[in-house]
Amino acid sequence: MKTTELPRWATGFVLPVLNLLSALLVAALAIHLLGESPAESLTILINSAVINPEGLAYTLFYASTFIFTGLAVSVAMKAGLFNIGAEGQMYFGGLGLTLAMLSLDRALPAWLLIPAAMAGSAAFGAAWAFLPGYLQARRGSHVVVTTIMFNFIAAGLMNFIIVKYLIPEGEQNPASRVFSQAGEMPRLGQWFPALGDTPLNVSFLLAIVALVIYGVMVWRSSWGYELRATGLNQHAAHYAGIKISRMIIVAMIISGALAGLAAVNSIMGSTHYLSLNFPAGAGFVGIAIALMGRQHPVGIFLSSVLFGALIQGGFDLSLEKPNIPQETFIFIQGLIILFCGAMENLYAPAVLKLINATRKG
Amino acid sequence: MEDFHLASIAVSTIRNAPVLMFAALAGLFAERSGVIDIGLEGKILASAFVSAAVAYTQQDPWAGIAAGIAVSVALAMVQAFVSITQKGNQLVCGIAINIAMSGLTFVVAQYFFQQGGRTPDLGNARLSDVVLPGTEALAGVPFIGWLYGHVIGGHSVLVYLAFLLLPAVHWVVYHSRFGLRLRACGENPHAADAAGVSVERTRYLAMLVTGVLCSFSGAYLSIVQSGFFLRDMSAGAGYLALTALVFGNWRPLHTVLGCLMFGFFAAVQIQIEGVDLPVVGRIPGSLIQMIPYVVTVIVLAGLMAKSVAPKAIGQPFVKSR
Repeated sequence: MKTTELPRWATGFVLPVLNLLSALLVAALAIHLLGESPAESLTILINSAVINPEGLAYTLFYASTFIFTGLAVSVAMKAGLFNIGAEGQMYFGGLGLTLAMLSLDRALPAWLLIPAAMAGSAAFGAAWAFLPGYLQARRGSHVVVTTIMFNFIAAGLMNFIIVKYLIPEGEQNPASRVFSQAGEMPRLGQWFPALGDTPLNVSFLLAIVALVIYGVMVWRSSWGYELRATGLNQHAAHYAGIKISRMIIVAMIISGALAGLAAVNSIMGSTHYLSLNFPAGAGFVGIAIALMGRQHPVGIFLSSVLFGALIQGGFDLSLEKPNIPQETFIFIQGLIILFCGAMENLYAPAVLKLINATRKG
Repeated sequence: MEDFHLASIAVSTIRNAPVLMFAALAGLFAERSGVIDIGLEGKILASAFVSAAVAYTQQDPWAGIAAGIAVSVALAMVQAFVSITQKGNQLVCGIAINIAMSGLTFVVAQYFFQQGGRTPDLGNARLSDVVLPGTEALAGVPFIGWLYGHVIGGHSVLVYLAFLLLPAVHWVVYHSRFGLRLRACGENPHAADAAGVSVERTRYLAMLVTGVLCSFSGAYLSIVQSGFFLRDMSAGAGYLALTALVFGNWRPLHTVLGCLMFGFFAAVQIQIEGVDLPVVGRIPGSLIQMIPYVVTVIVLAGLMAKSVAPKAIGQPFVKSR
């Protein structure tokens, strides 16, 4: 019998893998054109990012940040909203974290200080996403445009706040003062010596917890059902008695809070101070991750690790091969978004044909 | 207050605006046909790099501009293929192009020129300013000499092209057959289809125009304004152009006015940096930089004016059976 719809294993696994391979194929072509061997580059990349234990720790460290930004974009996407503002929300979340730290880090012990700072980052990230959410829900201003605007506004505002208020006296570097030791996220290296002196920290475990909570809330709760219904068909959801505008605002607040929490790993796990432009594109990587992982917890995890590996392996690769600088991976990130997001159904007709052909015989 | 020159603000507004005007009018064609173009930023960046690189190696600005057009059109065709033929997500496609180009331009610039993602200074390959006849004779006359030599004259050809584009685009969109079809496809593609207009063809054509116009924006940045390509030199110009489009309600004249306003803010920002103003004191440049975005959010929120997008924007057209 002929089918016109693809089975779940095809849409959930075969298509994403084909899309990813296409993106990597184009990337390999680019590397070849730059005069380097794609196979050799891939070997260096895998060695540095996965096989070497310290490299793997760095991969997972980067992945921890990306899981949070990926989740942020995914939650909004499930409600049918394309949140491009994760970058700005993470940046602003960093401000909330820093304000909590600067006012409390000399008074509180670590077990109180770290949750307080996390609450600060989530609250500020949520606040930065609330306004675009509110404007979309109540005034119909498209969330894509407003979140882009809010990214730029956050950049300007944070520049102003850091330079004017947060630079310690006598310092020139546009960054806040270093937080006290109580504000450092415990590193996993102290329990697993194989990981060495790497910044991989408890945030990674928190990210896994966040993935599980996301999975349960979105697919196993009535709230998640309402969220997905809103994303799939607003009119139907409205008739089912779901308050659309409230759902949009709540989804954006959660999305912003998750993006804000991404700052925890970047700041408390590594630098221990707020610096200019610290998100460094992690919010945009979140878009790629949400699209590649199809907003599924397992997919988000795997894509985040992949991107962590590309960053870590890419760093070592750029040292060995000067023709393949770090920025190559920004290009590959764009390719992945293009193939896994915009052209996600490129191979659907071919796969469908193949399935029908095998069924006949 | 002495450092605060209205005259130089006026001149630099005219010089800032073309980057946005080319890109915004380019986006106008895409969006009026029903294709959202978030990818203006990437097209500007790509054409800025290619224009600068080719202009430098050939020592000919016009060769650079031509190469910029080719690259920008190629990217627009990728977008068109994804949005029109593949019926994919147009927003995602635009973002992908922006991110990919931000990385690729650096990598290629580094590969060819080894200057940290920069091209060498263009020197003589830069597009020179036009000096109108009689500028010298009038130079001594107060105000009129300045107006003739620096406001009306003394710009590059591309500046004039940008300002001449406004009436041309207005005429095409509102008074030509193509413009009528363009608007029909953006507002109600099914009606256009029923009337015998090929929605796909019209949208492809619109994306072609978008690619050509957008390339001038990048060429202007590198060949005229700075004289070299610098990594991520578009610095949000594509998004700002999109903003001007929203601000201008997708109408040519209002969009260009929006571009001039943003160009004005950019000029003021440079002038006002570090100057003590009465009452408010020093305003940091980072805050002035925010103004266009804040204004846009206010407009979008419907607090100042109502902005109405083309009805079918962002929706792939599926021919009804």
